[in-house]
Amino acid sequence: MERYEHILVVLPHPDDEGIIAGTLAAYIAQGARITYVCLTLGEMGRNMGTPPFANRVSLPSIRKQELIDACQNIGIQDLRMWGLHDKTVEFEDQERLDERLLATISELKPELIMTFYPGYSVHPDHDATGAAVIRTVARIAADTRPIVQCIALSKGCKEMIGPPDITHDVSRYMPQKQAAIRAHRSQFHHLVGDSFDKPDKLARFTKERLWTYKLS
Amino acid sequence: MKSIHTEDVQRRLDAYKGQPIYLHLEMTTGAYASHQDSTKLTASTFISNAIIRYSHGLITGHGPYRVGLKTGQGWVYSEGLTHWDDSDNERLIMAGHDQEGKLVVGLQLSSKPFGTVNECEDITEVTGNKEIKK
Ligand SMILES: [Zn+2]
Repeated sequence: MERYEHILVVLPHPDDEGIIAGTLAAYIAQGARITYVCLTLGEMGRNMGTPPFANRVSLPSIRKQELIDACQNIGIQDLRMWGLHDKTVEFEDQERLDERLLATISELKPELIMTFYPGYSVHPDHDATGAAVIRTVARIAADTRPIVQCIALSKGCKEMIGPPDITHDVSRYMPQKQAAIRAHRSQFHHLVGDSFDKPDKLARFTKERLWTYKLS
Repeated sequence: MKSIHTEDVQRRLDAYKGQPIYLHLEMTTGAYASHQDSTKLTASTFISNAIIRYSHGLITGHGPYRVGLKTGQGWVYSEGLTHWDDSDNERLIMAGHDQEGKLVVGLQLSSKPFGTVNECEDITEVTGNKEIKK
């Protein structure tokens, strides 16, 4: 795997980081410092635990703690919760969001940014988050631009954007990854079902795929 | 969340009658409905902290339950309510959960606004001792 000193992760929901938790743990093991900007608290989530132990009012503070615990399990050093409202990222004041992202990139000077692939990430918050990152990075002079690697989720996305150029085998970091996903207690059942108990199903969690975004 | 107890809910609905009340109303199929099954439509709607005033409100049905609130110019209506938070004395929080426990519909009333702006802070070094950055 490549080695990076500073990585910025920008995702909208607590639990999104689980998709790349193995990759993040591997980078951290190599000495990377990771800043995770999580835009919302996922407060409109439908899952309140099985059986439900949360409600619409208590969910944000529960998910906030789950997010902190997940980051701890991965080893993420710097978590920043921006407090936008779940489902509203695409309706936010674009200029303000972009400025805040640009200020964060200028402050941290990451070599790598990880986010969602705009247009291929199913949830409108995912697409809007990726789009904001791409817009912002495009404003940075080409010779100082960080690399952007994206998570894509939509069905048939490979036909549109090609196969992922990065596949990480994160088998060695499965303890961290599983602990991170498990930390989202209110979402756990919905996220993985019985996959963690079935070796064949668990195997698919050992591969993490990313697309390097090509800025023209 | 507990299964709805209609007498208790009715008492709470009566108590809010005639006063300005904050309303949170939502319904959702889940953000991944059509991703998981292309024959399904992903649909979702919510309104938070709308202020309403109702002249009378009823909970009906044998479970799942329906609630109708008659306002000055119209109605607030919700069907499929199964659960409520019986421990919350300040707010009336009701929701309809499907068999998997997922929220499908929500109806909440409160005399104070529901929290929408989260006081979120940056936390550095979550690996070591949690240190809150100002
Ligand atoms: Zn998400």
